[in-house]
Amino acid sequence: MINFLRRLRSSDFSYYFFRDPIALVSFAVLLVLVVAAFSAPLIAPHNPYDPTTIDIMDSELPPAWAAEGSRNFLLGTDDMGRGMFSTMLYGMRISIIIGLGAVLLQAMIGIVVGLLSGYIKRLDSILMRIADVQLSFSTYMIAIFIGATFQMVFGVANYEKIAAPLLILIIGLAEWPQYARTVRASVLAERQKEYIEAARVIGLSKVRIMWRHILPNTLSPVLVISTVQVANAIMSEAALSFLGLGMPQNKPSLGSLITSGFEYIFSGSWWITIFPGILLVTLILVINLLGDWVRDYLNPKLYKG
Amino acid sequence: MLVRIRNLVKEFDITGGWLDQFRFSGGRIEREKTIVRAVNGVSIDIPEGRTVSVVGESGCGKSTLARTVMRLYPPEAGEVYYREQRIDNLSSKELKPFRTRMQMVFQDPYASLNPRMTLGKILREPVHFHQPKLAKGEVRDRVAAVMEQVGIDPDWQSRYPHELSGGQRQRISIARALTVEPEFIVADEPIAALDVSIQAQILNLMMDLQEEHKLTYLFISHDLSVVEHISNQVAVMYLGCLCELATAEELFSGPRHPYTQALLSAIPRLGKRAGHERLSGDVPSPISLPPGCVFHTRCRHARERCRREIPVLSEVEGGSRVACHGVEEGRI
Repeated sequence: MINFLRRLRSSDFSYYFFRDPIALVSFAVLLVLVVAAFSAPLIAPHNPYDPTTIDIMDSELPPAWAAEGSRNFLLGTDDMGRGMFSTMLYGMRISIIIGLGAVLLQAMIGIVVGLLSGYIKRLDSILMRIADVQLSFSTYMIAIFIGATFQMVFGVANYEKIAAPLLILIIGLAEWPQYARTVRASVLAERQKEYIEAARVIGLSKVRIMWRHILPNTLSPVLVISTVQVANAIMSEAALSFLGLGMPQNKPSLGSLITSGFEYIFSGSWWITIFPGILLVTLILVINLLGDWVRDYLNPKLYKG
Repeated sequence: MLVRIRNLVKEFDITGGWLDQFRFSGGRIEREKTIVRAVNGVSIDIPEGRTVSVVGESGCGKSTLARTVMRLYPPEAGEVYYREQRIDNLSSKELKPFRTRMQMVFQDPYASLNPRMTLGKILREPVHFHQPKLAKGEVRDRVAAVMEQVGIDPDWQSRYPHELSGGQRQRISIARALTVEPEFIVADEPIAALDVSIQAQILNLMMDLQEEHKLTYLFISHDLSVVEHISNQVAVMYLGCLCELATAEELFSGPRHPYTQALLSAIPRLGKRAGHERLSGDVPSPISLPPGCVFHTRCRHARERCRREIPVLSEVEGGSRVACHGVEEGRI
């Protein structure tokens, strides 16, 4: 571990990282957001999941600095009397978990399909046509279809319990072809190289060659799309929640918070929508900026000066 | 004979996808394939402990021949025998014991080592795979011994290939082939990607190793002076066909086939005026091979018979084997 840190400190990676202000700032912001989200139960002043702590009389209080604001609620409260700050922290945690979970699922399916279709020629056409078919459906169409079906089958009350895993599944299944195509493209490039032939001359099995020799050499593009895909998955989740097909109101993600505030925005309670909105935009922005930086770092042809 | 290659044929289908094979012509849909004939019925015997070289210009199928013998490509027709046991039709599982007896060294040392694996891992993998029961210490000892033999410090096991020069990488590539203690090594242009000074080192290393381990080489090269230096027997290929097969002395002192003559006249010699024999035209496409002798489109001695009839390899006086109607008829 110490060895690893020492190697990291003297690596090109950290050299370029510490000389890029955008990457540094994005990373710092992302770190603060992620730490805040996952330590929400410790740092949030209120627990939005505990109905006994919520008082309906506190509903729609403006932020603390406004005339009618309460010092108890820094960023005001929503229509149910939950403190916006606490609810946003918990909501961000749900958003990040769904984003990471969906990307993990996409990556697992996509890497396996990409390796198989890139290395085994007989499977290539069929697997890639399946991916094309999958891509020609809009993510939201599939999600709305599955989400609506599940709400009908399980009833709205039970749906709340399975909402998070279901969203991971929906977003994961909808976007795996991105991974499959990227991995397949780099497998096609790697399999031409002589070290693969050397492995075949040794007699290694196809699975072992794919897993131990090809996969490690295709991971850098996978890393790059992973960052972008996390941001995409969080956005998809927010969009689905906004449409009422995502996280339920009593366990809100950032997207469902934005929706719940949307009904009140014209009655003057702008903070219920605006604060989660800003948080969502910031989160997506820093992830994308970091992703861009990683892509530039891994592609030396794009080095600036 | 350690290895016997009999009428080996390798073709590649370059038509592409299944749908591309259909053509619409004259109101009918026809299925047609585009086939590259890379190796056309090549037969070579490789005696134990010797070096047999295959020479020819780029695209003549010499690398394909090497890879087909190693079963990196399945052959379309023909047979390969290893110690009189037929191996070209074995499944990859049945082939596994032969993988320890025949190994391969590749051309490009920058592509033939996995960039994500340390040298130690690269060299241990074949041993672990073929002898899983071997104790860790024994594997380490064997890897260290092989590294010593190829002239690489055994302490470098934790290094990555990118930390090495081209010559050092090629030594590791040779070491990887040696870790399973093979008898037969196919070397596909092992020195073509190296500096001239390093070429000599690697060649000497290969010759020393041959003496030490009683290795047999099938040596693929386009460099004639290297071939003259290293080989006992030389096979000359043109457009996937074998033109001439002779001992090195015989071939370099008195080439018989017109193509071999032209090829050898291209070697630059000190102190001599250039006596190049120029061939006219280009090498025909291996997609549509010329009928008869494949060389007749560029041969000065071509006659009617050469355009119709495919010549077979037959022995001429001096012990060489030549595939040429002109030599057979005694007019060349």
